[in-house]
Amino acid sequence: MELWYTEEHTPSVRFSIKVKEQILSAQSPFQRIDVFDSEEFGRFLTLDGLMMLTEKDEFIYHEMITHVPMATNPGVKNVLVIGGGDGGTVRELTRYGSIKRIDMVDIDEMVVDVCRKHLPFTSGGLGDPRVSLYFEDGLRYVRRFEGEYDLIIVDSTDPFGPGEGLFTREFYGNCHKALTDDGILVNQHENPYYESYAGAMLRAHERIEEFFPVCRVYQAHIPTYPSGHWLFGFASKKYDPIDDPDGAAWDALGLDTRYYNTDLHDGAFKLPNYVKRALAGA
Amino acid sequence: MGEPLTGMKKLAQSDAPLYEAMAEYRARRVVPFDVPGHKQGRGTPELTDFLGKACLSVDVNSMKPLDNVSHPTSVIKDAEALAAEAFGADAAFLMVGGTTSAVQAMIMSVCKGGDSIILPRNVHRSAINALILCGINPVYVDPGTHSKLGISLGMAAEDVEAAVKSHPYAKAVFVNNPTYYGVCPDLRRITEIAHLAGMAVLADEAHGTHFYFGENMPVPAMSAGADMASISMHKTGGSLTQSSLLVMKSGRVEPAYVRTIINLTQTTSASYLLMGSIDIARKSLATNGSATFRKVSALAEYARQEINGIGGYYAFSREITNGRDAYDFDATKLSVHTLGIGLAGVEVYDMLRDGYGIQIEFGDAGNMLAVISVGDNEYAIERLVSSLSEIKRLHSRDGIGLWDHEYIPPAVKLSPREAFYAERRRVPLRSSGGEISSEFVMCYPPGVPILAPGELITADALGYVLYAIEKGSLVMGPKDMSLEYIEVVEK
Repeated sequence: MELWYTEEHTPSVRFSIKVKEQILSAQSPFQRIDVFDSEEFGRFLTLDGLMMLTEKDEFIYHEMITHVPMATNPGVKNVLVIGGGDGGTVRELTRYGSIKRIDMVDIDEMVVDVCRKHLPFTSGGLGDPRVSLYFEDGLRYVRRFEGEYDLIIVDSTDPFGPGEGLFTREFYGNCHKALTDDGILVNQHENPYYESYAGAMLRAHERIEEFFPVCRVYQAHIPTYPSGHWLFGFASKKYDPIDDPDGAAWDALGLDTRYYNTDLHDGAFKLPNYVKRALAGA
Repeated sequence: MGEPLTGMKKLAQSDAPLYEAMAEYRARRVVPFDVPGHKQGRGTPELTDFLGKACLSVDVNSMKPLDNVSHPTSVIKDAEALAAEAFGADAAFLMVGGTTSAVQAMIMSVCKGGDSIILPRNVHRSAINALILCGINPVYVDPGTHSKLGISLGMAAEDVEAAVKSHPYAKAVFVNNPTYYGVCPDLRRITEIAHLAGMAVLADEAHGTHFYFGENMPVPAMSAGADMASISMHKTGGSLTQSSLLVMKSGRVEPAYVRTIINLTQTTSASYLLMGSIDIARKSLATNGSATFRKVSALAEYARQEINGIGGYYAFSREITNGRDAYDFDATKLSVHTLGIGLAGVEVYDMLRDGYGIQIEFGDAGNMLAVISVGDNEYAIERLVSSLSEIKRLHSRDGIGLWDHEYIPPAVKLSPREAFYAERRRVPLRSSGGEISSEFVMCYPPGVPILAPGELITADALGYVLYAIEKGSLVMGPKDMSLEYIEVVEK
């Protein structure tokens, strides 16, 4: 007997992984949570049946969502992570001794509990003394702050279901308010390839551009996400991720990364023509 | 109407006889050689693709197994009996012409041409339309105005009592329970006063479906002893748009006569989609209503707390009650006073729609209203609150120059019918002051007339109309849709 996990990337495209064992299936007040073990990708987490991360390729996403802004402004002291219940983004942040405070807000406490128990490779950093966890809607949390954070990372699910509010104009406006005068907002920007995701990407991009003088998009190759080609949005009040980073300074930190490096930092902002054209139309 | 019965089985609120009969009809795969001509959607592929085959397959006409709304003897009769039971009424009627049709049927059931009816000025236009149709004379009661919020209230029992004394031959007292903003009158006392004078009590409960099923709600008309009530099942009850219920107590009015009145104007091809949806919504309200509205109340309360926390906005609630013209308040309504951030309600309404993709119920001079209902969840509330916080941050301004009152006392010169059918003259709206209007002018929503046929166009009324147009409210009523002209009574 064979057991396969299948995600429909579009109504007519499927992505499947052969499952060795289902570790857990739970229903939280917000979503269905599943953890599987597989030959090819190791353990992987899905929410409402959609792939969140696998043991084998999560490093790409988490390194790219963290080190690109950190290399742009190494002076970041206070960071807010919205979503990111698996802990992978926080794990990368805790590698910077210069960061004083990491607040993580996830709507679903059960995701964090499940990841702590079954995905120690991502959740390991959540115990760091600089980390505080808050369990509420990110849209609600961020509303109450003004000039509080140097960096906000939006590590959210797709813009349907619990993550929907994190792709709205009101959310980006409230993030702008919560950031310091040289603050940076990074968010996962969906994939540009399939129409249903690309639409969400363009809407998000358009809304962010209203608030931030610097708006860039960068990319990474993530094998288990729809189309494999994933975008991140970089919005900032002051620092430009293309002109400002001091690559030598970041290299001097001596962080051992598996995907990110300072050469790739520059290349990640070099987008294919079809993506450039789509963004220009936004 | 007796006990709800289908065959030998006594029906319970967990049954939905009309819905079940429609499902049975679909399962039998009947070959249709009757109307509608789309024949279960087969003839209209684009429509069927859009609305779904399941929907089109039960868009049917009356037939023996599905009863007939004009003369119900089986499943519609049972559905109506269950609805009556659920609302604590003696009889209930499925209405497919919106609550407008229910309001008009109520008025026409108790008044004839030349009769008078006592009603607050902030009634929905449907009530005044009934007066035009039948030649009934209005006796308006000032509903009262909240001085800070500038909203019209629910009418004080003492003021009703005075109107009853000065118009002892009026046939009925008409009340809003609640108003659009959620304000309720002292319905029990008003009912006592009216009944003592031999008048019927008619309640427009377009926004009060949940009063019958929630906990800690204002008193609904049937519990207060009123004679008839019009209930928009589709507004907060979960049925399809345009479907409503007329519920009543027997005694001063008889159900058989009410059915006759309804049949004067109601379609003979009533939509089964609408009627079936009422049956399903009634079942859900009767079996789950208290849990549903507990959640709705909690969401509204949470939203108020958060909105008031933003500052500048005032999301009001029960604290505005005063034992008189604001006797009670429907706390599921999320009414927000916006003048504190220097924006008219209608401006915030437009910004929410155009800037944030959020459609609320209405905005007027000083307030906006979001309807919280069975279909809402926490995410939607968070989006609303966050958007309001952004609107304040980005757009708030000094509040000087904003219109801060809403109630315009009407100067009735002719009955609505006389003015409506009088010789008319077209004059520019801006210079229409001093004329008698033969048209309605209102913002929609809420659909409460600023001017009704027969009323003097006072400086106050004209000023308010021009202000509403300038602020971008959807102002309607006059034949001239550009609102440059208004028709007035030829002197």
